[in-house]
Amino acid sequence: MGQTLAEKILSRKVGRPVRAGEMVICPVDVALTQDGTGPLAVRQLQKLNMVRAACPERTVLFIDHAAPSPRKELSNDHILLRQFAQETGCVLSDVGAGVCHQIIAEEYARPGDVIIGADSHTVTAGALGAFATGMGSTDVAIGIALGKTWFRVPETFQIKVAGQFSPGVGAKDLILHLIGRLGADGATYKALEFVGETIERMPMTDRLTLANMAVEAGAKVGVIPSDEETRRYLAAMGREEDWQPLAPDADAEYERVVEVDASKLEPMVAAPHTVDNVHPVGELAGTKIHQVFIGSCTNGRLADLAEAARILGGRTIHPEVRLIVVPASRRVFLEAIDAGYIRTLVAAGATVLAPGCGPCVGVHEGILGDGEASLNTSNRNFQGRLGNPAGFIYLASPAVAAATALKGEIADPREVLA
Amino acid sequence: MKLKGKAWKFGDNISTDHIAPGRLFHLRSNLPELAKHVLEDADPEFPKLVQAGDFVVGGNNFGLGSSREHAPTIIKLAGVSAVLAKSFARIFFRNAINVGLPVLICDTDQIDQHDELEVDLGAGTIKNLTKGVELTFAPLPEVMLTILEDGGLAAHVQKHGDLRLE
Repeated sequence: MGQTLAEKILSRKVGRPVRAGEMVICPVDVALTQDGTGPLAVRQLQKLNMVRAACPERTVLFIDHAAPSPRKELSNDHILLRQFAQETGCVLSDVGAGVCHQIIAEEYARPGDVIIGADSHTVTAGALGAFATGMGSTDVAIGIALGKTWFRVPETFQIKVAGQFSPGVGAKDLILHLIGRLGADGATYKALEFVGETIERMPMTDRLTLANMAVEAGAKVGVIPSDEETRRYLAAMGREEDWQPLAPDADAEYERVVEVDASKLEPMVAAPHTVDNVHPVGELAGTKIHQVFIGSCTNGRLADLAEAARILGGRTIHPEVRLIVVPASRRVFLEAIDAGYIRTLVAAGATVLAPGCGPCVGVHEGILGDGEASLNTSNRNFQGRLGNPAGFIYLASPAVAAATALKGEIADPREVLA
Repeated sequence: MKLKGKAWKFGDNISTDHIAPGRLFHLRSNLPELAKHVLEDADPEFPKLVQAGDFVVGGNNFGLGSSREHAPTIIKLAGVSAVLAKSFARIFFRNAINVGLPVLICDTDQIDQHDELEVDLGAGTIKNLTKGVELTFAPLPEVMLTILEDGGLAAHVQKHGDLRLE
């Protein structure tokens, strides 16, 4: 019997064939924390008298969630992380470098890697054919110190996507549609394996969007086979030598196969307060929006900013909307400056902030007022997520976000593009 | 081990943003202070009135969202002896075991706000003393039972100097 992609990656790491349902102790290739979870991980290692890393050059402490720091308590947390990095030789990714998951994709993740992170969206690196999953601070702390962790090998849902997206529709609409279909806990503990002609044709930037949101259906990992596109992306990042092909076996066993026809999809929007509350944009068109956020590990890449700039170029956003744009990394920011997207977006009325998580976690940089609504290209719309439980959050693609910023209400990008 | 206390009932999809919201991000290095706000965005009365030994009772997909371990930690710090739900989000479940907070999967439709419960962790039973019904919960996987019995993951590693889970 063949192996799913998740089984294959774990089998190679563990050094014997493993099957869904087994418990394994597994070596870790890359471990990461961010400034919301890193301080607790560091304190656990201090308490255990284990201030060390098994592989410091592939252990990265990110400062991205509250960056630059809006409060002295968080500034002090940042000091703790910088000191730990200095003591152990671990990598520190400081203020302005960008969102952890984007930098892991650009600089660290390799096909076949096992990656653990004290952040639920660690799943993003699955787009490069890695087994990447989120855990808590203590799990990751132990993983950092010992260079290993334990897993239950997950069963897999294969997500087979065929057909071509219509104009104005893309990867974000596909993953929102899928989460709406599966439900916010529909894939709890499972691996999502994305395959099919649509995925094969899909550029890495969009694959990262898919893998990023696997956790919003409860999944442990979202994995995509490593192919020529993976090689092209790694080469563009200056590390083609990290590439290897990786695919599931044709006779692998799946718990469930879900088929999607991409050509039938419309722009989708997740309404408050759960990510699976998904509707075609038409059902929500006209909803008053006070703030639009384009950015995050889900949709803060160059292609996302390009899409927004294409829609907003030569136009001005609605006077009652704040448009917040946050490039996902310094690399993305520089490329967007060179391409002229930042100039276009600022001229249209956008507020551009330093690479990082921006308002996504509700710490700073765009907290909602009571009763206000925000439409975000990020991945979560839970009550309180933007720093105020009396706020309302909608999730959508950069195209829907840009159209919404123009209209001041939820809008269909196909109408603005027409 | 028997646990006894009052039930605090919550609905489906209680997220880590309900439990430990981002607006209190700056309190994550001050867990006793953060615990004073635990679950307040879901029930403002809860952190004020919860008593040592009480139970948090959720519906489906309890603890979805972020990997923040602070969420189960402050539930435990507030004195809660166990969380009962129909189902749990994966990372929350693993974190709860790691911090030594029992998480029990059972039919929580049989429990209402402020019902008196008695949980027998060894026997796998929950007695609803108010309603006079007895529920069972699914046993934990062996690995998690080992971690929980050692007092959490940090204590497990302290005890063995390694992961001893196979």
